[in-house]
Amino acid sequence: MNMRSVMRKLSGRSRSVSGPRSGPLLATHAPDAGPDASRGVMLYLEDITVSFDGFRALNALTLYVETGELRCIIGPNGAGKTTMMDVITGKTRPDTGSAWFGQTIDLLSLHEPEIAQAGIGRKFQKPTVFEQHTVFENLELAMAGDKSVWKWLTAKLTPQQLERIDEVLTTIGLTEQRRARAGALSHGQKQWLEIGMLLMQNPQLLLVDEPVAGMTPQEVERTAALLTSLAGKHSVVVVEHDMAFVRTLAGSHGRVTVLHEGSVLAEGSIDEVQANPKVIEVYLGE
Amino acid sequence: MRADRGGNVFLGVLLAVAILVPLLNVLVPESSPFHMSGYTVTLLGKYLTYAMLAIAVDLVWGYCGILSLGHAAFFALGGYAMGMYLMRQIGTRGVYGDPVLPDFMVFLNWKELPWFWHGFDHFGYAMLMVVLVPGLLALVFGWFAFRSRVTGVYLSIITQALTYALMLAFFRNDMGFGGNNGFTDFKELLGFNLQAPGTRAALFVCTAVALGASYLLCRYVVSSRAGRVVAAVRDAENRARFIGYKVESYKLWVFVFSAVLAGIAGALYVPQVGIINPSEFSPVNSIEVVIWVAIGGRGTLYGAVAGAVLVNYAKTYFTAALPSFWLYALGALFVLVTLFLPRGVVGALGRWRSTVRA
Amino acid sequence: MQKLIRNIAVSLWLLLAGAAMAQQPAPEPAPVIEAAADPMTAALTALPGASYSDKQQLAVQLAATGTPQARALLQALLDGNLYARTADQRVFIGASTDDVIALTDPRTGQSAGTSSEDALEKIGTNNALRRALRGALALFDLANPDAGARLAAVKEILGGLDDTAAAMLRARLPAEPDATVRREINLGLALHDLDSSEAPRRLAGVKALVGSLNSDVYNRLKVLTEQGSDGSYTEPDEAIRSAARASLDSIENRRVLYGGIETLFFGLSLGSVLVLAAIGLSITFGVMGIINMAHGELMMLGAYTTYVVQQAMPNHIGASIIVAIPAAFIVSALAGVAIERGIVRFLYGRPLETLLATFGVSLVLQQVVRDVFSANNRPIETPAWLAGSLQINEVLSITWVRLYIVFFTLAVFALLLLVLKRTRLGLEVRAVSQNRPMARAMGIRTEWVDAMTFGLGSGIAGVAGVALSQLTNVGPNLGQSYIVDSFMVVVFGGVANLWGTLVGGLSLGVFNKILEPFAGAVLAKILMLVFLILFIQRRPRGLFPQKGRAAEG
Repeated sequence: MNMRSVMRKLSGRSRSVSGPRSGPLLATHAPDAGPDASRGVMLYLEDITVSFDGFRALNALTLYVETGELRCIIGPNGAGKTTMMDVITGKTRPDTGSAWFGQTIDLLSLHEPEIAQAGIGRKFQKPTVFEQHTVFENLELAMAGDKSVWKWLTAKLTPQQLERIDEVLTTIGLTEQRRARAGALSHGQKQWLEIGMLLMQNPQLLLVDEPVAGMTPQEVERTAALLTSLAGKHSVVVVEHDMAFVRTLAGSHGRVTVLHEGSVLAEGSIDEVQANPKVIEVYLGE
Repeated sequence: MRADRGGNVFLGVLLAVAILVPLLNVLVPESSPFHMSGYTVTLLGKYLTYAMLAIAVDLVWGYCGILSLGHAAFFALGGYAMGMYLMRQIGTRGVYGDPVLPDFMVFLNWKELPWFWHGFDHFGYAMLMVVLVPGLLALVFGWFAFRSRVTGVYLSIITQALTYALMLAFFRNDMGFGGNNGFTDFKELLGFNLQAPGTRAALFVCTAVALGASYLLCRYVVSSRAGRVVAAVRDAENRARFIGYKVESYKLWVFVFSAVLAGIAGALYVPQVGIINPSEFSPVNSIEVVIWVAIGGRGTLYGAVAGAVLVNYAKTYFTAALPSFWLYALGALFVLVTLFLPRGVVGALGRWRSTVRA
Repeated sequence: MQKLIRNIAVSLWLLLAGAAMAQQPAPEPAPVIEAAADPMTAALTALPGASYSDKQQLAVQLAATGTPQARALLQALLDGNLYARTADQRVFIGASTDDVIALTDPRTGQSAGTSSEDALEKIGTNNALRRALRGALALFDLANPDAGARLAAVKEILGGLDDTAAAMLRARLPAEPDATVRREINLGLALHDLDSSEAPRRLAGVKALVGSLNSDVYNRLKVLTEQGSDGSYTEPDEAIRSAARASLDSIENRRVLYGGIETLFFGLSLGSVLVLAAIGLSITFGVMGIINMAHGELMMLGAYTTYVVQQAMPNHIGASIIVAIPAAFIVSALAGVAIERGIVRFLYGRPLETLLATFGVSLVLQQVVRDVFSANNRPIETPAWLAGSLQINEVLSITWVRLYIVFFTLAVFALLLLVLKRTRLGLEVRAVSQNRPMARAMGIRTEWVDAMTFGLGSGIAGVAGVALSQLTNVGPNLGQSYIVDSFMVVVFGGVANLWGTLVGGLSLGVFNKILEPFAGAVLAKILMLVFLILFIQRRPRGLFPQKGRAAEG
């Protein structure tokens, strides 16, 4: 008996009948198929197991992310952080387990673009932007909305959309580079551009994989500030193995999850986690 | 990548050619040094159909990153559809004089027209098939391939297998497409004698118009937002997928559109060249198209046109002047262009211009 | 004793044959031939002017002597090599050489000089006479010490078997030492029994034929079980019919079985060729991620190397193939290393460009071969030890070439596996294929490994070319016809997986051969390609994909 089905039973609803959804949490835009986060939980991962050739990348992983929460996930290399993101975004199908986005969206039945359209944005570990396009075009491409071929053959930007792009450009500090080719940006700027693209997507849930790798200390600081400011409006999951950065991000109250060998080793505030003897063993023993 | 000067120059040249060539051929008397022979007109017309094919390949390869080694198949299918219409127009003027059956069917002792030949006596139906057959094949093939995320060299290899399989199939007599010999000895198109200079000139103009229209259409597509998505798919497929684009639909759309263009080019090719046979499906043909695009400069539509015309002119010249030299030259082109001109002639010119200016 | 039986039999044979001929409207009354003391003398005197029926009588008398000279004379008569000299009507055995005919005295076997064709008159034969002569000669040969000659003789006799000859063969049977000949005689006799008027003998015949794969047997038994349009059976006896049906069933089962084995073998041998062609490609594609479109032309170079080696040692064709294998390996490997160093290494990480550049190389190599060796196919000789076939039974024979190629492929495969698993180079190759930057960091000279890998793959293509030279035409287009197939094998088997290539190639070969009888060769090939196109959609990484994180991205 898992938590989500218990909740659904309590609320007297079943999977096949989708009840009235709560209104969009974000003001600017909410996709039609947005998640129903009415129970206060945005993401349910239950008993997820993924194995490659006998090697278990995820081992009965169970994890819940609440609405508006900023969750840091740490863990040594090979703990399954990236695989977990792959499962959430539809890139990898788990052998067993279930993954739900809000109350109604079964992530395991959707493909990557559908998951993205439903409201999950992902930033890769290695910054991945469209290098041949300008910064502006990168943001334009990422903009939320109907992304079908026919629509986009004739689509033109509306003034609101232009405004939104300008807004994000300001947020990520790339207003001056708006006409520059993305390939010409510095590593840190590409990281920011990618985060900007996530913002344009306007997701309910942001998955951010090692956002500060290769950044200068100032950039790290700004990134931390940006991610913290996003929490509350969006649910944000940050994967990181730099404890110091996690401490800045999570503060003393934010929840931190430690992954080890494909399952959750410990969960709690950063201080609790760091005091956990199992965590110490994993981090120091290897 | 935008509607730029190179493209406008190309359109201007094309317009001039479309007007001048027929004039020099039809109006200037043969004695004049400015007269253009019917042979030259046909040859140029052939180049223009090749240029259209090159645009189609450039669209999938240069903009969408799909290296198709099977585009000659779509070209040939369009050509065969046109060929079927032209065969039906021969009527009783064939060697065997059968009013319905083309000569090769009489020769094979067939008694009636196979079902898939019905309707090809109507020009409109034939033109519909010119578009539909390559388009449907591309749709089915692409749907399977893209859905299964077959990419890169794997995709190239199976497109090659596709055209190879079609070539083998069309070589068979019992397929009903004339086997080895294909179709030839066409008489007339829409009632106009194909040998007449006027018809040839008109066909040339049609080809030029079709080329210009394809160019404009492709330019519109690649500079639309959909075009930017397509290029984004080429550069970072996963990124595009994770921001919510159905990458497969975009690829499929471009692939089908490109196949249809190739089919139309093939349909224009056949009446001008006067023959279509299974060797058009040969994998080598498809690869040659790719090299035209590479030489011209992939990702610039007019570059593909330039490449097609340049290479084919060289081919015509050298196969006559130094037959054995041509394959060395073509082979060397493949190697040198990939090694030294990754962005083709157009890219190299652009770089040269910008260094001169700087 | 044997000789006596034979002589009687030959005489009987010829008499019967003569009688058969006499029943036909005889052209002229047969003149009585003087009985001479010596049949040879009599024959030599009478033959030039004799009628066909006379000749037959003379042959009877000659055959009765049982001497080697008589046999030679009869053979010469049958072959149309018996002449009478116009001048003196002397009879000679002649052998045409150039313009003249070398003569041999049939009595002594000594040479008797030469003569021009004009001075001689050929002693003619007709169909009936030739038939009789063949039977007579066959009976002669039944006593030949060579089992092969006896077998041929038995087959000859069975061709026109009658009661007399059957009795003769039956008499011969216990004395026959060779099992094959005995089996042939038994088969013939059993077949003969089917024509008997006595039901028990027919039944015995049918029973004796159980399990035979001879096509005559099949047809004869079939006839026995058939029902005419009026509902009557050709064979009146039900017991015999059911026995025949049982025999037929068992024959059909065995035929299906052997047919299956044959298809399997053809498939395996085709598959072996595919594996040979694809395995080098699998290495370069798998380890270096390179599509080498010139791979087919490297095979072509191997085949042409075989040709050159044969030209260099025309008197040792048998050994030439053995020499050609290492020679082809070296030639193609050098060409491969040159391609890698000259072109491919500048294009790492750009697989599509590599594909185009190597395609250019393939065009150039084809043209080089056309200019050096001409555009026509080159003749390659098959050494004696590769020619012929292994006859397993009457429906199943396996050509040596194809059998050797299966073994050769397995040997090459094993050797390659050994190189990759047991040598330093193999270790480095595997390291580079798994993680190039890491391998470089560990001090492996990746450039050198790349060149060696490419050389190895190319060399194997050359070796494949040697094998192909024994199967197909060696011409400039040899490579092109195999390149698409090779790619299919690699893609089907899964990249960078030698076992995948082996299993993929063999199963594609078998699959193709299984399809062929239903669909024809070309359609089978098309179906294969369609199947592969569908397969790659279902399993884009082949039959045996690399798994895990390394395969991602």
